[in-house]
Amino acid sequence: MEYFEIFIAGVFINNILLAQFLGNCPFLGTSKKMETAVGMAMAVVFVLVMAGMITWMVNEFLLVKFELDYLKTVSFILVIASLVQFVEMFLKKSIPALYAGLGIFLPLITTNCAVMGACLLNISKEYSFLSALVSSFSYAVGFGLALILFAGVRERINLARVPKPLQDTSIGLVTAGIIALTFMSFKGMV
Amino acid sequence: MLSALLLMLGIGALCGIILSLSSKVFYVYEDPKIALVENNLAGANCGGCGYAGCSAAAEAIVNGTEPPSLCIVSNKEGVEKVAEIMGVDAGSAESPLSYNMCEGGNRASDKYHYMGITSCKAMGVVFGGKRVCGVGCIGLGDCVKACKFDAVYMGPDGHPVVIDEKCVGCGACQQSCPKNIIEVKTLSEKLMKFNQKQDPLAPCAQTCPAEINIPRYINQLKEGKYKEAVETIRLRNPLPLACGRVCPHPCESECRRGIEDDAVSINQLKRFVADYEMNSGSRLPIKCAPDTGKKIAVVGGGPSGLSCAFFLRRIGHKVDIFEAMPKLGGMLRYGIPEYRLPKKVLDWEVGGILDLGINAFTHVKFGKDFGLGSLMASGYNAVFLGVGAWEDYSLGIEGENLNGCYTGINFLQRISSGEKLKLGRIAAVVGGGNTAVDCARTLLRFGLDKVYMVYRRTRKEMPANEVEIVASEEEGIEFVFLAAPVKVVGNSEDKVTHLEYLKMELGEPDASGRRRPQPIEGSETLLEVDMVISAIGQSPDASFKEQDPLPRMTELELTRWNTIDNNPETLQASIPYIFTAGDAATGPSLVVDAIGGGRRAARSIDLFLKGEEVEPVVDSLQQKRIHESLFASVDGIKKSERAKMPEIHVNQRLDSFIEVDLVLPEENAKKEADRCLNCCRICYNPDFPISK
Ligand SMILES: Cc1cc2nc3c(=O)[nH]c(=O)nc-3n(C[C@H](O)[C@H](O)[C@H](O)COP(=O)(O)OP(=O)(O)OC[C@H]3O[C@@H](n4cnc5c(N)ncnc54)[C@H](O)[C@@H]3O)c2cc1C
Ligand code: SF4
Repeated sequence: MEYFEIFIAGVFINNILLAQFLGNCPFLGTSKKMETAVGMAMAVVFVLVMAGMITWMVNEFLLVKFELDYLKTVSFILVIASLVQFVEMFLKKSIPALYAGLGIFLPLITTNCAVMGACLLNISKEYSFLSALVSSFSYAVGFGLALILFAGVRERINLARVPKPLQDTSIGLVTAGIIALTFMSFKGMV
Repeated sequence: MLSALLLMLGIGALCGIILSLSSKVFYVYEDPKIALVENNLAGANCGGCGYAGCSAAAEAIVNGTEPPSLCIVSNKEGVEKVAEIMGVDAGSAESPLSYNMCEGGNRASDKYHYMGITSCKAMGVVFGGKRVCGVGCIGLGDCVKACKFDAVYMGPDGHPVVIDEKCVGCGACQQSCPKNIIEVKTLSEKLMKFNQKQDPLAPCAQTCPAEINIPRYINQLKEGKYKEAVETIRLRNPLPLACGRVCPHPCESECRRGIEDDAVSINQLKRFVADYEMNSGSRLPIKCAPDTGKKIAVVGGGPSGLSCAFFLRRIGHKVDIFEAMPKLGGMLRYGIPEYRLPKKVLDWEVGGILDLGINAFTHVKFGKDFGLGSLMASGYNAVFLGVGAWEDYSLGIEGENLNGCYTGINFLQRISSGEKLKLGRIAAVVGGGNTAVDCARTLLRFGLDKVYMVYRRTRKEMPANEVEIVASEEEGIEFVFLAAPVKVVGNSEDKVTHLEYLKMELGEPDASGRRRPQPIEGSETLLEVDMVISAIGQSPDASFKEQDPLPRMTELELTRWNTIDNNPETLQASIPYIFTAGDAATGPSLVVDAIGGGRRAARSIDLFLKGEEVEPVVDSLQQKRIHESLFASVDGIKKSERAKMPEIHVNQRLDSFIEVDLVLPEENAKKEADRCLNCCRICYNPDFPISK
């Protein structure tokens, strides 16, 4: 039950994009087309789960042990960046099909603050390893959900008559705000 | 403090070591060129080229699937550097260009009025478009907005105009257009485009067997852009000079103007621009795509062979033509007489085709001097058979081999080769097709006293070109209709003295709708002649099939008319690497049919060489018509006189072989071009505004 709660909380209530407002750059950048949105969502699920596990271990076995908690942010940056690089190399060799599918999105995630944020949140909530895993996964799914929803809406907006000053990113942000408002209704569910 | 430093150092070192180790372990060989190429791309990772990131694009370029000009952001120097790395010429790389197909625009009336929608995509989703035309341009300019390079603007006619110099071929406009009106195409793609059901096509362009974009070249002529007009024609027809002279222009019978008025004289306009190029003294450059390294043998240098070779060469293949006769041209040279198509004109035209880098070997006969085996051994990847139909049917009557009897093609070919034949005084030519008429008109020019044309049916059924029948009437040929020869009568020295024929009457219409002639009992009549030419039809000479020593050749299927059997849409024969078109495949037909067939075969050969499935064009129109484009009546037409073909007077014709039909003067050509309604699928430019 605990894991289910974490999952629901991660996907809906504390949605990383719409409730925590992390990762706005890819949210606006890769949501113009459904295809890219799906690619990005997949890549995030993949990387975030990996990063959640590794950073939890780094925190538990290094930082906590040596009482160096204050190095969390900087060491996570290092670890996540290397991880993405590693994953990229690994996929290219072993699963070229997946590599071709994720393509450009993998390296983009290196600097995605949603990934970083999710990892830091896991630590601050003092999750166990399994809980951290579930929570990373749910944040990633939440990210994907929001991104794909948003891409769908934006494809429709393209067909509508938008006043000139509001076109493109502006209307995107307005829409994002409205979607975020709707996500507010999940607050207090768990 | 120290522990913090040590920890960071430790993590850093660990990451570094793992990464460097894994870059060894997970090393994938990459062509070093890829990195080099990538360095010269814009590095924006914009995805505008259609690839996920610059490294993917670089890979595609190095693999040869994309041209050096792939990157839509990089400038000219960048492209040149990439081309240098790849070792190809940047200039000749096939860069795609945007191309607008709709001729309609504003003039097509609106079907729906809805205020508020400002994008074509939305309009397309809601109504399928606002104009009456289901396939035409909506005109709200999504493509203009999509173009990052300002290469597209909305023209005054309400459809987008592309500035070729600015277009980088990125394809953004194509993706934005909900109607497939604006498309980004390479030269090869343009050359290998065939009419499809959903295309915006004028009725004439649907009818032309070579599928020339007729309204476009007439419009270019009207604007004085003669060179562009020739180029438009050359996208579909390598022989505008020859076609402009001998084509019976099936397009004109579908001309939309022809519904209310005389049809536009399309073919004379073609001849006008083609002659303009020839008389200008210099050839227009003909663009070819970069070499592909594939080699094709074209057997037969007639219109179908020349067309196939021309298009294969233009899309980058290497082509060699093998021809049995001493010179190229096929029936254009050895069938159609000098007074219709001067040899000088033909030489000029064929010369231009060979200048593209096509080799021609003449005086070599397929089956006798070389065969399928030798072609394969010489490394040809595919063979095109365009051997025409050169074997005369025999009459099958008594006395056919007497002294003074000839067969049509044989006769014309020997005359054209310069042979001096012993001719008589009074001749009878049997048959009603082009060959018969050409034989008769040729004989007149040799000064015979009298030439009869003996034909089974009546003038209405004669398959020869109408202009030629008229000309032969003017020149004084005597027609004997409804007459079936039964015997050639000779004297003691086996010389022809008479032709005996049975009179006929027309009976019930047969399957083809023509009324079948039936002999009248006991109506034998004698015609006094000393020469008989039978020209009642031809079939291909397929003797190469037996002569060729290669056992594989027996697999080549023939039809019961001795034509080479092929798939009518892909033109592939029963041996997969053999393709065939023209008279050899269809039986005696027209020059334009052979030209259209040659191009279609070139497309199939190209697919075959690329290792792709040789499939027919999807939704191919091929002689079918788009129903909604054929009108019963046309509004807004003011009758105007069709340009008369200038020709030399009958008195001057008969003692020489000088060309009879002349080219239109510039002024008349422009006036005639003005008569064209510049039709598209359903819209056109009426002569005066139609009140609704
Ligand atoms: C007298 C006459 C008048 C015509 N008038 C008109 C007209 O006014 N308008 C019109 O549209 N059409 C006309 N036609 C029809 C038109 O000429 C043909 O349809 C057209 O030329 C067919 O082209 P092709 O390439 O298929 O064959 P061809 O033009 O016959 O060319 C075939 C070529 O293959 C060569 N060849 C044959 N066998 C071999 C071999 N074994 N090895 C190597 N080479 C070989 C031949 O020498 C020839 O050069 C006329 C035809 C004739 C005979
Ligand atoms: S009027 Fe012009 S475009 Fe229309 S059918 Fe006739 S020739 Fe073709």
